[in-house]
Amino acid sequence: MSDALLEFEGLGKSFGGVRALDGLDMRVKRGEILGLIGPNGSGKTTSFNVVTGIYSPSQGRVRFDGQDITGLSARKVYEAGIARTFQRSRLCLPLSIFDNIMIGNHARLDNGLWFNLIRRGALRRQVEEGYDKARELVAGFSRELAGRMFEPVGALPMIERRRIEICRALVSGPKLLLLDEPSAGMTHDETAQLMDDILAVRDRMDDLSIIIIEHEMGVIERLTDHCVVLSYGRKISEGSYAQIAADPEVQSAYLGVD
Amino acid sequence: MTDKTTPKSGWLGLPPLAVGLGAVAATAVYGWLFLLAESEIAVLGLVALAALGGWALGRTGLPDTLDAAMRGHGRSMNGAILLGLLAVIFLLGEEHFPLLMLTTMLLYMTVALGLNVQFGLTGMVNFAGAAFFGMGAYTAAVLTAHSAVPPLLILVAGGVIAAAIGFLLIVPVVRTAGHYSAVVTIAFGVLFKTFLEVNDVLGGPQGLMVGPMKLFGWDFNSSPVLLGVEMSFYVNYALLGGGLAVLAFVLTQRLERSWLGLTLDSVRLDETASACFGLNVVRAKVLAFTFGNVLAGVAGALYGMMISFIAPNSFTFADSLLMVSIVLLGGLGSLWGTALAAAIVVLLPEKLQILQEYRFLLFSGLVILMLLFRPQGLLPRKVRSYFPSWRPQQ
Ligand SMILES: Nc1ncnc2c1ncn2[C@@H]1O[C@H](COP(=O)(O)OP(=O)(O)OP(=O)(O)O)[C@@H](O)[C@H]1O
Ligand SMILES: [Mg+2]
Repeated sequence: MSDALLEFEGLGKSFGGVRALDGLDMRVKRGEILGLIGPNGSGKTTSFNVVTGIYSPSQGRVRFDGQDITGLSARKVYEAGIARTFQRSRLCLPLSIFDNIMIGNHARLDNGLWFNLIRRGALRRQVEEGYDKARELVAGFSRELAGRMFEPVGALPMIERRRIEICRALVSGPKLLLLDEPSAGMTHDETAQLMDDILAVRDRMDDLSIIIIEHEMGVIERLTDHCVVLSYGRKISEGSYAQIAADPEVQSAYLGVD
Repeated sequence: MTDKTTPKSGWLGLPPLAVGLGAVAATAVYGWLFLLAESEIAVLGLVALAALGGWALGRTGLPDTLDAAMRGHGRSMNGAILLGLLAVIFLLGEEHFPLLMLTTMLLYMTVALGLNVQFGLTGMVNFAGAAFFGMGAYTAAVLTAHSAVPPLLILVAGGVIAAAIGFLLIVPVVRTAGHYSAVVTIAFGVLFKTFLEVNDVLGGPQGLMVGPMKLFGWDFNSSPVLLGVEMSFYVNYALLGGGLAVLAFVLTQRLERSWLGLTLDSVRLDETASACFGLNVVRAKVLAFTFGNVLAGVAGALYGMMISFIAPNSFTFADSLLMVSIVLLGGLGSLWGTALAAAIVVLLPEKLQILQEYRFLLFSGLVILMLLFRPQGLLPRKVRSYFPSWRPQQ
């Protein structure tokens, strides 16, 4: 097996006349944290949406873990081992913390009609197992939060919602975690806390690979092993944070837009 | 919030079970009096009593204590509710009309519980509830007239026909995002009556006779005798209708308290995110739609047998809207709310003849007020608890 877990080959996605992705080549190594950066509208979120099957690409291929996943449905991509968070939080606000995390655990839950309506004893064991797992995950972020598993998510502040969203993505034990601007809408201190959390997750699950989209350069510097910089749907630079930060093309792309 | 243990004492310092049993008994007595009340003054008085009493008691700790009773003493409470229903049926005994109303209410409750799975849990509004109900009734009419199928199986057939037609209707549009499924049910709900009216095989505008329910050789149109008293034949239908409503309630509640219920909620709240976690959105929608239509079809078949004569006018689009308003008034996803609202929507106009003519206006007005001032409904749904007696380690 190659050391690349995820590979884009000439990936393209157009919306009408807009080329959101324009022949993107990219590789994510097993176990690494890759930072995906670029100005607003440069195609970062679109690349996540194409990988996770929300959009199918106009051109190019996506390979994941030795398998061609180009154009697979969102459901198949999840089953292959990719889980994500969203730039604008997409939790189910009226549902409890536990329910939200169990949505992420869908692959392991029996959704049969007979099982759910009639085999209540077996269902109960699954619920208890799921609860232990969800509680342990949440406790890894915050003990206090783990004591409130049956409260609706809508009552929680932003940072807690981000944590729940990450737990929902992690509970299925994915090989690749996609984080779309986890610091969006949070204060400086909260961002720092969340970074500690993400690093702690990586220490606990050492074969987990992560792609993180971020505008906060401090976050990128602290978390990532490798960075890819996008502009107008194309890769304009890659390397360690120090390398890309020193790249004049990167500087001009940011300056040109801001 | 975090304290999930059953309190020893609740409302007025009484044990929750005592409060719960008292509430069930009071509700049964109230229901009995209401169904028997004849003069408009008496009915208005009872309505005012319920409205004021409900409002005032809702502000004391009563709802929490009732909740604790249901969680901590589920079996006793369920048994008491069943006994209460039986007591009301047998106390009404010889009264034809109140028993007919009670059974109609129980059957509407069954339909509304199904609509609540579709609308409240899955977010698919079904504007053809009365049409699926009618399909059950017409299935019963055709099968009792032209076949020797045992009536109990005819009830099942009513559910199967409604589910099958619903399936054919929804499958072509279920993949499309947005409100196509609602639009399809509107079209179907409107056309159903017209289809019946022009269809001579199904009796046209005059409708069809429906044969009676029979169970183990017992004809439901004959009067049962209990302790020497000859009772109304509607007692038969009330008992079976009650059994059906209870079964519908138990199944719907189990559905809500399960992974499937969670899947339906997730599909309603965010289809895209659901798909990103492997949920099969199409399956969930088809399943919820079918589940609801089965309940409507079975209830409709029994309804047809009970009233013994059906016509297109009993299954209009307006009736479908009334069924949707039950779900909205009770509270989306709330099963007790649905039960309460079904009682209000079915019984109130029957009891207050002045309302009969304006009932569509009245309930549309009520729904609008409810959406404006109390969108969560009369008895708002709570956060899911899979097993009410389960108290996990916090
Ligand atoms: N569903 C869509 N329909 C039409 N255009 C779209 C759609 N999604 C994205 N785009 C366009 O594609 C381009 C890339 O958008 P994308 O959301 O991927 O950017 P981004 O790098 O995530 O930006 P940001 O930092 O603001 O989140 C933008 O021009 C955007 O307007
Ligand atoms: Mg983005």
